Amino acid sequence: MRPEVISSVLQIAIRTGTPLLLGAIGEIYAERSGVMNLGIEGIMAVGAVVGVAVSLATGDVWLSFLLACIAGVVMALVHAFASVSLYANQVVSGLALAMLGLGLSSLMGRSYVGKPLPHTILPRPVPLLADIPVIGPALFYQDVLVYAALALAFVSWLVLFKTRWGIMIRAVGEDPSAADAMGVNVYLVRYACVAFGGAMAGLAGAYLSLVLRPGWTEGMTAGRGWIAFALVIFAFWDPLKAIIGAYLFGAMETLQFFLQVPLGISAPLLGMLPYVATILAMLFAVSETLRKHIGAPAALGKPYIREEKVI
Amino acid sequence: MGENGAGKTTLMNILYGLYKPDEGRIFVRGHEVRIRGPRDAMKLGIGMVHQHFKLVPTLTVAENVALGLEETGFFLPTKKIEKAIEEAARRYGLDIDPDAKIWQLSVGERQRVEILKALMRDARVLILDEPTTVLTPGEKEELFRILRKLADEGRGIVFITHKLDEVFRIADRVTVLRKGRVVASGVPTSETTPRELAKLMVGREVGYKLAKRPKEPGEVVLKVEDLFAMDDRGTMVVKGVSFEVRRGEVFGIAGVAGNGQKELVEAIVGLRKPEKGRVVIDSHDVTGRSPAEVLGLGVAFIPEDRARYGIVPDLSVAENLVLKAYRYPPFSKGMFLDVDYIRKWSEELVAEYRITTPSIDTPAGSLSGGNIQRLILARELSTTPRLIIASHPTYGLDVAATEQVRALLLKHRDEGAGVLLISEDLDELLELSDRIAVMRDGRIVGIMDASEADVEEIGVLMSGAS
Repeated sequence: MRPEVISSVLQIAIRTGTPLLLGAIGEIYAERSGVMNLGIEGIMAVGAVVGVAVSLATGDVWLSFLLACIAGVVMALVHAFASVSLYANQVVSGLALAMLGLGLSSLMGRSYVGKPLPHTILPRPVPLLADIPVIGPALFYQDVLVYAALALAFVSWLVLFKTRWGIMIRAVGEDPSAADAMGVNVYLVRYACVAFGGAMAGLAGAYLSLVLRPGWTEGMTAGRGWIAFALVIFAFWDPLKAIIGAYLFGAMETLQFFLQVPLGISAPLLGMLPYVATILAMLFAVSETLRKHIGAPAALGKPYIREEKVI
Repeated sequence: MGENGAGKTTLMNILYGLYKPDEGRIFVRGHEVRIRGPRDAMKLGIGMVHQHFKLVPTLTVAENVALGLEETGFFLPTKKIEKAIEEAARRYGLDIDPDAKIWQLSVGERQRVEILKALMRDARVLILDEPTTVLTPGEKEELFRILRKLADEGRGIVFITHKLDEVFRIADRVTVLRKGRVVASGVPTSETTPRELAKLMVGREVGYKLAKRPKEPGEVVLKVEDLFAMDDRGTMVVKGVSFEVRRGEVFGIAGVAGNGQKELVEAIVGLRKPEKGRVVIDSHDVTGRSPAEVLGLGVAFIPEDRARYGIVPDLSVAENLVLKAYRYPPFSKGMFLDVDYIRKWSEELVAEYRITTPSIDTPAGSLSGGNIQRLILARELSTTPRLIIASHPTYGLDVAATEQVRALLLKHRDEGAGVLLISEDLDELLELSDRIAVMRDGRIVGIMDASEADVEEIGVLMSGAS
């Protein structure tokens, strides 16, 4: 391939990977605190449709992003209430949320299908850096949210591993009864992490419908929520590793257009790749023994009830 | 002090804010207080070292100490803590590496981290819940030394135990709990005796020595030949062990924990595949067979890790009692369980083995340690086994439960069962065993008649000192 082609593949891969990265960062926080949220797909869909709706109604793109985040938080709080306060099975509650979100988004989006958006978010080059051959345009000729997602990944890594909050979050996800005994409010930490996860998923959905594929089409999330969920496992619950994973998945999605001719493989087969990888990752998510082998938070998926006897 | 299930831990968890009291008042330095959670307790200067440590295994020592501490600063909260840990290390002799991850530490070290955590919050009252059960004798001395120092500084120490010698060793005053009630309050230890306390605790006189009839050994029931087995990490830890256990005898295995005893037992009962060698039970070669096949030969197994291998915590007491026999009549009829029979039979066992439980439908995991062990004994011994394999059967139990377990083992020996007893408690081994083997570094380094053995000799063999 010629350098221009490589550069543009990378550029698109990073952009395509950005909603995955956002979703994964949020889910990393939720899971680090011990709550598995399988509902990201549904939250993303709602985020996407809310983004489009607000944008069409007000024309304010930043307000659209903000309200998509808030919609995500509201959805996630439903999951938090069920799984943290009512001790519900997190898999069941999360799946229900995914279905709810998909159904809700298609209902809400009916009148927006195919309508063009009143604005566009264009890539802005970073001066000087964008002129580096090949990787310059890929990394430094992107839209604001790509930079923001990258920055968020770094900041969330910093918070998770270098601050007081980070210790609290990790302790709650590893051993909630120990955290509780040290005066950490286990419920509050879990609610906050799940809510943050919802905000990120909502943002990811809005990025999808406002930037990556402007406009609303039903089912436009196309399993990206599940991919983001799987990414968390590939990234070993580390936001920095999630960057690489997200861009890799983005590349897989992008390459199907570039590789079908030279490789002679049909596009649908190549298009399956991210989903095959997701199914493999799900196997790890569901099996507790496998999870332990790859260092998942020890209390992941387990509701915390204070007066229950520990043996 | 008090027996298992007397309510010691529950009471302390109320003081620490983990449980809510139904009634009653708590006073701290003369003021009535309400403690709604551990945070309140810490603010009042109450610190607690739990029996099951409240440490996050994947975090470092410094991170565990910093957890929940507000004055650490938001960024890099462990920086200040590391200095404080080093200072405390000097002052109290609590020597710990702040950067070590908890899972890398020994049990004694973990306990020191717990004490450190309480001190960092400037605990004026330190509660320790059965702190010595997990410690080696050396670590125990170290703990007593540290506690003395803390008490001399003017801190109050609440030391929970059911071991009489520890009360007289460390306590100034003692309160005895029995079945949730105070039966003696704040008695100076100088004004009481071990015998009196034991009586208060149990509610009756305690026989200290068990009468043991001379042995009448019969045929060989368990034969282990040149057995090799690996631990979970793949290191060979059982290296060519051979011995025989006869019917009507107690064969004790002494040794410091971690010298291959656990893996040896697991290899015998089928929980671990031997690398080499043979295990023969009653002339059946069971080497490498499944636990079901081994236990089906009339083997009773009293595992070291009771909560994990001895019971299914979420199943009821009755269900746990039939865990081994539910498949066979009279417990099942065709493909259905005979629930009525199981209930009746369970009620009888609960009474016979004096299992303290609200009902036979209570989840077994919510019983206290001693009652879980009684449940296991009831299940394993009610079927008149030919061979009993008992791993640390009285570890962590109170006086009454210990006495009951020992008496039961001897009773079955007298009735003709072979008993393989693995224990770290030398007094127990000497009291129960007919023959004692000492295990060190995966090998049996000596077998002697219990009547001729003495503690010193076994100690020397165990430690490998010459």
